Amino acid sequence: MSHGSGKSHAPEFVAALKEAGFNFFAGVPCSLLKGLVSLLDRDAEAHYISATREDSAIGMAFGASLGGKLPMVLMQNSGLGVSVNALASLTVMYEVPTLLVISWRGEGGNDAPEHLLMGEIMLPILDLLKIPHRVLDAREPMGPQVRWARDLLASTSKPVALIAPAGVLE
Amino acid sequence: MNKLDAVKALMSVVGERDLLVCCNGMIGRELWTVKDRPSNFYMIGSMGLALSIGTGLALAQPKRRIFVLDGDGNVLMGMSALASAASEAPPNLIHVVLDNQTHASTGGQRTISGEVKLESVASAVGYRATHRADTVEALTASLLAALAQPGPVMVLGVVEGGTIKGIGRVEPTPPQLAARFAAEARR
Repeated sequence: MSHGSGKSHAPEFVAALKEAGFNFFAGVPCSLLKGLVSLLDRDAEAHYISATREDSAIGMAFGASLGGKLPMVLMQNSGLGVSVNALASLTVMYEVPTLLVISWRGEGGNDAPEHLLMGEIMLPILDLLKIPHRVLDAREPMGPQVRWARDLLASTSKPVALIAPAGVLE
Repeated sequence: MNKLDAVKALMSVVGERDLLVCCNGMIGRELWTVKDRPSNFYMIGSMGLALSIGTGLALAQPKRRIFVLDGDGNVLMGMSALASAASEAPPNLIHVVLDNQTHASTGGQRTISGEVKLESVASAVGYRATHRADTVEALTASLLAALAQPGPVMVLGVVEGGTIKGIGRVEPTPPQLAARFAAEARR
């Protein structure tokens, strides 16, 4: 499940998020995102909200977006299951932009049993929700990948997902 | 207390600059009928998330007063959001709950708010103040008191169950509802 050199790209990713204008951060952590969460959580300016549930984080991001912020919500892909209704009947339906950063547990069928099915169906679920997505590539700079998402948010006013495989944001 | 009278009491204390996020179900339709305004956001799906939306909005717009108009079914479904509201503690957040102990829009099935006192939950997770009101007069007095208290504050009004004849349905499309509210929220 390793991608790239094993060096975390979390610092570069956070810098790219801020550069792209993201200014509201909430989520529920994943071990594959621990570097990202750690950086955001100790960054007073980011004011990272440690949410209780992924759908609640999506709700907070939605409210922040109505209030003029550009929000990002991070979660494990298990949380995508929790979030399906929030995405379908809130964020997608009202056409309010939110960046989703979703870890990819269970990628390639090589993980703990509770992650295998969601690992297999995560991308089809996003397709069914009509949410554009892109798997982060550790071999490429983070900036253009984040800007791709930001530009799509701006042009479609809907959620966009960046998928984080093992290693990239740990 | 009649639920429409409770909504009217709320709208009598909501100021022109104040923003109101309303939960799904009959309450939204009742609010739409009593007093629609662009500064009302009608959450027509995503049950349980009105408080989360209000919390995010309150953090994004700290100079505005944010009301969340919620029902017992919504609060019970999204109960962990009370903990987040208390933890983030936006002082500009007033959480109004109309409790009829039923899921009115699906046929009046019972909820468990008769056994679980929602203002006690709010108090336990760290809301700065809570109120419980059984009459329109008491609800108005509680709302006025809440205006002077740092949030999050919960004002729970005990209301009658059943549906009210003649209420309308929210008409604009969801993107229209979001766009008009966002324009008000950023003004």
